[in-house]
Amino acid sequence: MTAITVSINGIKTTVPEGTSILQAAAGAGVHIPTLCFHPDQEVKANCRICVVEVEGRNNLAPACATAVSEGMVIKTATRRVLAARRTILELILARHPQDCLHCSRNGTCELQQLAAEYDVRYNRFPRDEWQLPLDYSTPGIVRDPNKCVLCHRCIEVCTAVQTVNALGLANRGYDTQVVPSIDHDLFESPCVMCGQCIHACPVAAITERDQIDELMEAISDPEKVVVTQIAPAVRLALSEEFGGEPGRLRMEQLVDGLQKIGFDYVLHTNFAADLTIWEEGHELLERLQEGRNLPMFTSCCPGWVRFAEVYYPGLLNHLSTCKSPQQMFGALVKTYWAEKMGIDPEKIVSVSIMPCTAKKYEAVRPEMIDSRYADVDMVLTTREIARLFRMTGIDPLKLAGAFPAPWMGEYTGAAVLFGASGGVMEAALRTVCELQGGTLEKIDFCDVRGMKGVKEATVYLNGKPVRVAVAHSLSNARVLMEQVAAGESPYHFIEVMACPGGCIGGGGQPLTRTDRDRARRMQAIYDEDRGRQRRKAHENQEVKALYQDYLGSVMSHKAHELLHTRYTLKRKNT
Amino acid sequence: MCNCGENLRDQRYTALEKTLKKYRHTTGKIIPVLQEIQDIFGYVPIEAIREVSRELKVPSSEIYGVVTFYGQFHLQARGKNIIRVCTGTACHVQGGGKILEAITDYLGLKDGKMTSDDMMFTLEPVACLGACGMAPVMMVNEDAYGRLTPDEVPAILARYDENRKQKDDEKCIA
Ligand code: SF4
Ligand code: SF4
Ligand code: SF4
Ligand code: FES
Ligand code: FES
Repeated sequence: MTAITVSINGIKTTVPEGTSILQAAAGAGVHIPTLCFHPDQEVKANCRICVVEVEGRNNLAPACATAVSEGMVIKTATRRVLAARRTILELILARHPQDCLHCSRNGTCELQQLAAEYDVRYNRFPRDEWQLPLDYSTPGIVRDPNKCVLCHRCIEVCTAVQTVNALGLANRGYDTQVVPSIDHDLFESPCVMCGQCIHACPVAAITERDQIDELMEAISDPEKVVVTQIAPAVRLALSEEFGGEPGRLRMEQLVDGLQKIGFDYVLHTNFAADLTIWEEGHELLERLQEGRNLPMFTSCCPGWVRFAEVYYPGLLNHLSTCKSPQQMFGALVKTYWAEKMGIDPEKIVSVSIMPCTAKKYEAVRPEMIDSRYADVDMVLTTREIARLFRMTGIDPLKLAGAFPAPWMGEYTGAAVLFGASGGVMEAALRTVCELQGGTLEKIDFCDVRGMKGVKEATVYLNGKPVRVAVAHSLSNARVLMEQVAAGESPYHFIEVMACPGGCIGGGGQPLTRTDRDRARRMQAIYDEDRGRQRRKAHENQEVKALYQDYLGSVMSHKAHELLHTRYTLKRKNT
Repeated sequence: MCNCGENLRDQRYTALEKTLKKYRHTTGKIIPVLQEIQDIFGYVPIEAIREVSRELKVPSSEIYGVVTFYGQFHLQARGKNIIRVCTGTACHVQGGGKILEAITDYLGLKDGKMTSDDMMFTLEPVACLGACGMAPVMMVNEDAYGRLTPDEVPAILARYDENRKQKDDEKCIA
């Protein structure tokens, strides 16, 4: 590769051919602002905030989309450049609502930061806001089209990473808008509510549906018993909101913090994750034996389930009938747990704390009432819980720690793995292999770990090879689904999680820009698993008690009633 | 042969099917398909977008983007005559607003509707027709009318209004 030497603000730097001015500048320690640019995406070059002066060129060059050439002399902060950037910002701001003070991205908004950076103090252009209605059509996410700055980042993530194609452009020029497909409600689009577009968006045009008020109402009601379950990926990422490395917050501290906020009982989704493995592991063995509906797909990710319901309704029999851990937990908390604790299920408010916006939708799926109440009453994301901690003046990293309530609070390392792509697979393999007799010597299945899009492994059950695959991001799931549709899938068991990296990269997590950040959270998951005394789902003593005292046996009639579900075609504007 | 609307509808949908068959699995050819559809229907119905998406395996969000990007495509049925009325600065100053009002009055347009109920006219306000010297200006199909006053509008539009003409003829006979 040819090396190219350029001068940036007088600093000589040598970079490989094909490097953009933006990358070369970053390497030389020179900051150039960006807005439409996203480190994990294609270059779009539609905002022009990154313009710089290149000697010998008449017009300014967008740094993100201009490759360096030998001897280029670049200036990134001349009077002309700064004036151009400010004009661009003024034009964007003239169309943008000015309500930073009550905006959910106040303090994390890229536009707000640019306006501060470029010292925009007045606007020469007349205000011309869109004044469009907000889209509250989905239970998971809210779109505020008025705030959109047309960077196209959400469209790329939804189209290229997720292949959901829920979002697109409408009109052109000054009238251009980002709209859900054919400009109907987002709920009528194929959107699966994964929330990846929230991470992609530089502003508050897409956010989670906030349920903090609902929660506080329940907590302040003395008649109600507020019970919460926490998903494994939440704790790991929550530390980031309080300036800690992923995983620094201990589970005991989180439990302590939630009790201080006013939750009556803090339990763990992890308990239900272990339980899921019992049910799903047996289901897999059954299907393998009968050679029926193979490959079997996991079904714990509601984003993935909805994707299958929208795009592959003919293949829904390949999905495991197991509910997700959240919904298993929900069905049990108002039945089994209520009975054990002697609490009237009528009074229980079942709250779940999730890394996920799609879980908000899953909780309101009409099937999810097997306890004869709403199994899960509300779902709050990691970001909402972080806000709640800040509002209540609690820094969870500084707390001493407390313990979860009994009966549905125990969990193994296998359950923790559910938070990362490959985790459900690994947890299932640990159990399924041992159900065949004997003890696994090596319980780390490294082939299914990491950020690779599709991971594969072969394990031997009763001497027979079983081929498994793991996909994260729905574009990868689509590849595996197309194989099944064509009758060419070589696999027996497939795990799918909709979000890049799995739930650690979920749509409700602290805002995440790059896959690098996701990989760090993944590592924290493996560290926690390694640190746990019990690491196999079938070693969970409270789950054993649940079967003994209540469900009878794995896949029993009662287990089917409470822990399994069905899927139906969803017709959308694909 | 029956000449009722139902039959016309059937013919259009048969034509649509034929077009879709022709382009099946040719992902790159959205624009020619849409052009044919517009020729068949006079506009691009949303339902046709869904069909194109299914047959060509292109997301409907993408097709919608194309349809709304190009001025040549329309999502709503349009009238037989297109009235372009200028809302540019020069025309505005010369009373273009009153002209617009006279047109909407004549056509009986309400609630942001742009096409008359009898499908005879569609009104399209445009930024500048490039004839500022003749402001205020409107065009009906290819014919330009300049230095207009609002009271001239009904007579001009009546010339294109076949329904009205027919009614007048009937009156003469009676
Ligand atoms: S939530 Fe997911 S599926 Fe829905 S628009 Fe955003 S990225 Fe697309
Ligand atoms: S919604 Fe957000 S990510 Fe999407 S184009 Fe608008 S500003 Fe960009
Ligand atoms: S991968 Fe996890 S966070 Fe993402 S949609 Fe699925 S369940 Fe939610
Ligand atoms: S960041 Fe370069 S054009 Fe938007
Ligand atoms: S302003 Fe009306 S023609 Fe130019």
